[in-house]
Amino acid sequence: MPINYYIFLSVALFCVGVAGVLTRRNAIIIFMCVELMLNAVNLLLVAFSKMQWHALGAADPQAGINAQIFVFFIMVVAAAEVSVGLAIIVMMYRNTHSIDVNFLNRLKH
Amino acid sequence: MNITQVLFWFLSILAILGAILVVISKNPVHSVLWLIVVFVAISGHYILLDAQFLAIVNLIVYAGAIMVLFLFVVMLMNLNTDSEPQKNRWLKIAGVMTGGALLLVLVAALKRADLKNQLAEMNNGDIGLIHNLGMSLFHDYVIPFEISSVLFLSAMVGVVVIGKKD
Repeated sequence: MPINYYIFLSVALFCVGVAGVLTRRNAIIIFMCVELMLNAVNLLLVAFSKMQWHALGAADPQAGINAQIFVFFIMVVAAAEVSVGLAIIVMMYRNTHSIDVNFLNRLKH
Repeated sequence: MNITQVLFWFLSILAILGAILVVISKNPVHSVLWLIVVFVAISGHYILLDAQFLAIVNLIVYAGAIMVLFLFVVMLMNLNTDSEPQKNRWLKIAGVMTGGALLLVLVAALKRADLKNQLAEMNNGDIGLIHNLGMSLFHDYVIPFEISSVLFLSAMVGVVVIGKKD
């Protein structure tokens, strides 16, 4: 499959995530859209790793492994980020009884 | 059009449709469930690209653990009903237009790129197997791997400190 298709698929997923972040006011949905953008980038990285493997697979047996390790580390960091972010949202909800980000634009209230 | 291409198009349409439904669902629980569909579709893409280890990790970590965490938080807050009282229609239109403009700019910039003979190899290659990735991970990337454990420890401490009721 040509790499163009993967680029356009990832761009489409990323832009849906951007539109979701800008459109929705629910903090959890915004957070989910950020996860969607992260996964779009991960998909593109895996596609590029296979592209590198295709380009110089015979010359270098290690080609493309670095990108997949990088995706693995992105997933690791995303897992830590999600746990901290959801804890912040829960604390926010406990203090204000709302997770509408329009109510939370003053930080001290 | 062979079976790989059929699967590619099916998974792509499933992913984009799921992503749009994540954004437009009124009910946050439905959004979480559609996001699980998107992650399963992306895992299918990983399997098509012969990144089996990443596909399984994506399913376990994202569709399994992270989405269950989201679902717990949504249900803990009792957000099952539509919880966005403030509706500013112009803000929504502006957000959608901004996303569409970004899509337009990126597609227009990447359309002319000369990538016609660059293939993402499918159904071939073994770099995605756990043996090769593990050899690389524990030889070349052992320091970042250990540092990520410190990151997890600090994240855990941070979550406990933030979530503690005081």
